Order: sequence, then C-alpha cells, then structure tokens
Amino acid sequence: MERFDAVVVGAGPAGSAAALTLARKGFSTLLVERGRAPGVKGMFGGRIYSWALHDLIPDWAKDCPVERYVVRENMSFLTEDSSLAISFDSPKLREGRAASFTALRPKFDAWLAKKAQDAGAMLVTGIRVDDLWQEQGRVRGVAVAPNDYVAADLVVIAEGAPSVLTRSAGLKSDLEPREVSVGVKETIELPAETIQERFGLGAKEGAAFIFAGYASLGLRGGGFLYTNQSTLSVGLVVSSEDLARKRIEVAELQTKFRTHPSIQRWIRGGKIVEYSAHLVPELGAGMMPRLWREGVLVVGDAAGFLINNGYTFRGVDLAIASGIAAGEAADAARAAGGMTEGHLAVYEKFLRSRNVLTDLERFRRAPLFMKNERLFDVYPRMLMEIAERVYTVDGRGKERLFDIVFDEATSASVPKLKMLLDLLQGARSM
Amino acid sequence: MSVSAPEVRPMRIIVCIKQVPKAQELQVDPVTQTLKRVGVPSEINPPDANALEVALTLKDRHGAEVVVLSMGPTSFDESLERAIAMGADRSVLLTDRILGGSDTVPTAYALSETIQKIGGYDLILCGEETTDASTGHVGPGIAGHLDLPQLTYVSEVRVVDGKVRARRTAEDGTEWWETAMPSMCTVNFGCNKPRSPSLTGKIRVKRGGLVVHWSCSDVGIDPKKVGLLNSPTIVAKVDTVKLPPREGRIFTGDAKEAVRALFEALIRDNVIAL
Repeated sequence: MERFDAVVVGAGPAGSAAALTLARKGFSTLLVERGRAPGVKGMFGGRIYSWALHDLIPDWAKDCPVERYVVRENMSFLTEDSSLAISFDSPKLREGRAASFTALRPKFDAWLAKKAQDAGAMLVTGIRVDDLWQEQGRVRGVAVAPNDYVAADLVVIAEGAPSVLTRSAGLKSDLEPREVSVGVKETIELPAETIQERFGLGAKEGAAFIFAGYASLGLRGGGFLYTNQSTLSVGLVVSSEDLARKRIEVAELQTKFRTHPSIQRWIRGGKIVEYSAHLVPELGAGMMPRLWREGVLVVGDAAGFLINNGYTFRGVDLAIASGIAAGEAADAARAAGGMTEGHLAVYEKFLRSRNVLTDLERFRRAPLFMKNERLFDVYPRMLMEIAERVYTVDGRGKERLFDIVFDEATSASVPKLKMLLDLLQGARSM
Repeated sequence: MSVSAPEVRPMRIIVCIKQVPKAQELQVDPVTQTLKRVGVPSEINPPDANALEVALTLKDRHGAEVVVLSMGPTSFDESLERAIAMGADRSVLLTDRILGGSDTVPTAYALSETIQKIGGYDLILCGEETTDASTGHVGPGIAGHLDLPQLTYVSEVRVVDGKVRARRTAEDGTEWWETAMPSMCTVNFGCNKPRSPSLTGKIRVKRGGLVVHWSCSDVGIDPKKVGLLNSPTIVAKVDTVKLPPREGRIFTGDAKEAVRALFEALIRDNVIAL
C-alpha cells in the first residue's frame, strides 16, 4: 500500500500551488493529474492576475511562461454590426502585484507542476481519481479502482469545475445548469509582429478585451479576446441554462462571434489552430460546496472560486491563492494534532487572509446581476443607438447629447423604474 | 528453537517484451522507402502486452512475481515502466551497443542467457510475434536454448496442480495442452484486453529502482555470438506496396441516369455481373 501525507487531485494552478506549499512544509505529497501532462486538459480564457503567484513564488517572473503582459484593457458592447468600446491604457497595469499576463495552460501548468516537483512533490499523470477511499465514514485516501487505493491523511480536491470527486465526497450536490456556464475558446495563430502592429503593442505587451451584448447573441454571458505571443485566444462564456432553453449550439454562437466585424478586424488572416470547451462555475460564493471536512480540502474551480463581475474574469489567481491557503491550513492542522474537521476549519481563515473568500463575497451579487438578461440585450442596444445618434452627422440637424440619452432611455422597452433599479443593483454588485 | 516452515516461493513469470513504433502512427519514408523510427511514438509490442496481461491475470489468481525482460536501447525504459505501472513487479533491460543489429538468432540467445541469470523461473511468456518484424522466432528460440517445453499461439493459460494448461489456436480449431513447468508460451495477439496502468503502479515506477540495466558482460553473453555480424538474416531489399493509379470518374446529372451510367460502366469493366 502506497502512502502519502497528502494527495492532491488535479495538477492545475490550484492543485500545483497546494502541492508546492505542502511539499515545502514537509508533507510527503502526491499530485495526481488525469491528463497525460499538466495543462493538456486545462482550459481558461487566457489571462492570469499575478498577485497570488507573487506570494507563492516571489521570483516567478524569472522563468514563468508568460505570453504577454496586459497593458491595455478593453470593454466593448456589440450589436449585430456595431461596437461601442472603452479602452484603458496604463503602465500601472503591469507593475508589481497588479501585473496580469496572458498564458497558455499546457505551458503554464507544466511550469507550476514542475515547481511542485522540484519542492519534492511526486507528480503522476494519466490517472483520474473519482472517489475518496473511506472506511466507516473516515477518509483514508483516494480510490482509483478496485485494488488501487493510495493512503493519505489529507486529500486536496483540485479537480476543476466538473467536481466529480467533490460530489462523491458528499461536499456538494449535483451540478444544476444554472450553476455552470460553458466556456469555448478558439486559438488563432498570427505572427507576433502582426499582433504587435495590429494591436499597437510592444514585444512583450498584450491587450485584453471583453465583449458584451451581441457577442453572446443576447444570451447571458460575454466574449473575450486575449493576445498571446503568436496566437489570439478568442471565445465566449455563456449560460448553459440559456443555451439549453434557446436550443443554440455553443459552436454556432462562437462562429457568429468570430465573424462579427469587430472581432474580424483583429483576427483576420489568422488560422484557427485549436478549439476547446470547458465548464465554468458561475454563481460565485453562492454555489460554493463545503470547503473542508475531516481529511479533505477543496480548492480552485472545484470550490467555485471564480469571479466574473462583468469587467474582470478571475479564476487562476483565486485558484493559486486557495492552493496556498490549503497548504497553510494543512500545516496548522498537523501542528494542532491532525486532519480533523475542527482543525481544518482554519482553512477559512487562511482563505480570508488571502482575500479569496472576501472578494468572492464582495462580488456575490455580481453573478445575480450578471444573470439579468437586459444587460446582454436591451442596454447594449440602447447604448449603441445613443452612440449612433451622437456620432452620425448627416446634415439633418443635431440634437443635444442629453436629449438623445433622455429620448433613448424613455423610448426603451424597459419601464423607467426597472431601469433605475438595474442601474442601482449594477452599481452595488460591481 | 522453532522449526520454520519450508519457504513457499511464489511462481516467477518472466515476460519478454519489445518496444515497437505505434502501429497506427507508422509512416514510410517516401525517399528511402523504409519505416520511419525517429519521432514516432512507441508502445509495447501489442502481442507482448497480451502476454503481460496473461501473466498479470495469473498473478491475480495465484500470486506470482512478474519480471519483464527486454533487449534494446535505454529508450525501452518507457515500455518497461509502463509494464510495472500495469502491475509487473520489476524489469530487466539488456542493453549494450554490441547487441545492435542482432536478428532473431542472437536475440533468442542473448535473452535466454539473461533469463538464466534472472533464474528461478517457472513460466516464460512471449508475444506470438512483433508488429515491426513479424518473425515469431524469438519465443521458440528461447525455449530451444533453455531446453523448455513450449506452447505457441496460446490464448489462455491456466496453472493447475503445478502444471501449465493452455489453449492453443490451431488452424482448424483450438487445442488444450498441458506441460510441466518451467515452460514457455507465446501468446496470441488480441486474446485479452491489457489492463491500464494503475495509480499504485505509477507511484512504484516514480519511486524508482525497478528497472535494472544489464550489459552483455553483466550477463556473461559471448560478444562473438551477437550483433549485426553474427546475424544470419540479410535484408536484401524492402519493398512497399504501391497502389496502382485509379481512374476517377464522377457521374453527374439526373440521379437515375447517373446510376444507370455507373452500372453500365461497372458491367462493361467486369467489376460486377448481372
């Protein structure tokens, strides 16, 4: 019987951060990944906020496989053929802990898993863990198959959004369509020089785009575009409930999005080299499973640690921070006498000290607000009509800006009171 | 002083495997017309994987030590490690530059010497043949060198009362044979479904020390009996089958007319007869 102090299930950012922290604290640690290598099964939009990485590996920038540092943020509202955009440029965007960068998961995850291995964790790939090994209600390790059990005092679940193990561990009920969105992404190849020229970027500089409105054909969700070194990550995150209700294939949605003139401008001439799809936990703190029990901690997407407040998509930073917090909690529990439920409760404190839970709770209303369909349909169109009237000069006489806005707002199909409430709710949740 | 019971040694099964280019990914170099071996993913020779599964099934049923043996470059470690991850106990790689170019005659000799060095064997299992050379010589060659009873092309092996009972595929049916142990069997391709590597097995591989490398001098192999110069096989020429050029014709227009025209053409060219 093989035995470890801790088994971490899943070698994504959360799992590798947990394994690295555990190994550093002297736990014999096994990191199990179902893909043939870390990252090959991983998928995300494409950007990582670096603050948590600073805490885990202070000199991360030395060898981290960064594609480009984001120096420009863009947010666009789309209708069928037009777009209205806000763009923010600042050198502050890439300074110190505030830096964010684009990355490709096979490279990034392999790098982080290697750090965990260097610290002493054992990485095993190509094995899927769907069950805890339990005896008389006590967690004794993980169970892969009959006669294939590995003993451990602690199991860290870092399996991602599908959360099969989290559910079989009794920490979470079955997924509901409203709890998950579907993320799709196409990786589009373009020469690095073309990307730099087209987006007005320097050699290591990158841009991030978020698209609302027609991007998702009015379904709840939005689009994104990130610049990598010599590829673009272009995709959508869409409510799976809406997809089912409107009977739209997500691939069809992605094609419509990709061929929109505002997207075409950026990707033209590029070659699609990869297509991927993934579940995204969507209710923020509202859908969190129990985060620990005797012998078990849950980290990353499996724990629902994802923030989508409409202007930032955060997952990998929270994953890494929760991985560190799990390692710290395990260390504290060991010092207190063992991996009991009571001792592991300190996990919550460490999650708070790293602002994982605090941020999630702060933006708890965002997912609810983001579920407001008017946000994806009526309001972008209203904004676009305002913009159209403001910027169209055709000799027919111009109105004042205030009159245009007032006119558009009063002629919209949404009652004024409701609009006011939406505005209030939006401001509060963001 | 207590008298200890006589030690019951578990059965020792030696499985001979070879690492071959993955069959589905095989490519022929368009210039040299030979198999491309560089950059092609490798696998355990599929019939050898079936032999390993036979051994592991016997281990599950009766308890046994399964030792995997191969001869080749150190890149073969990949397959030996996979065999351990599947459930073998340990493995030996006979690796030495002087073995390069050996055909089936020196290979059977070198492997039988290595098997004798491992010693204590009760059963030797080989795949029926390799997918990259397809001779089927090595298993019987080993049995010859070691003077063992052999059963070739078996699809099921049982151990009953210290004897091997195996089902052998014959041209017109199957035969059940029984031999004493030690003995040698070659196992049919596809007769079982080789198991996947287990987590426990992969951990054992990571812990290390289960793949040992032996050179010819470690084993005591006579250098004058191995290598290209001591291999009687001469590969005079390798031919690849070229498909004859095919005449393409697309029948268009009214569906009924097109089908009629197609059938007329097929009948005219004696492809079908009415």
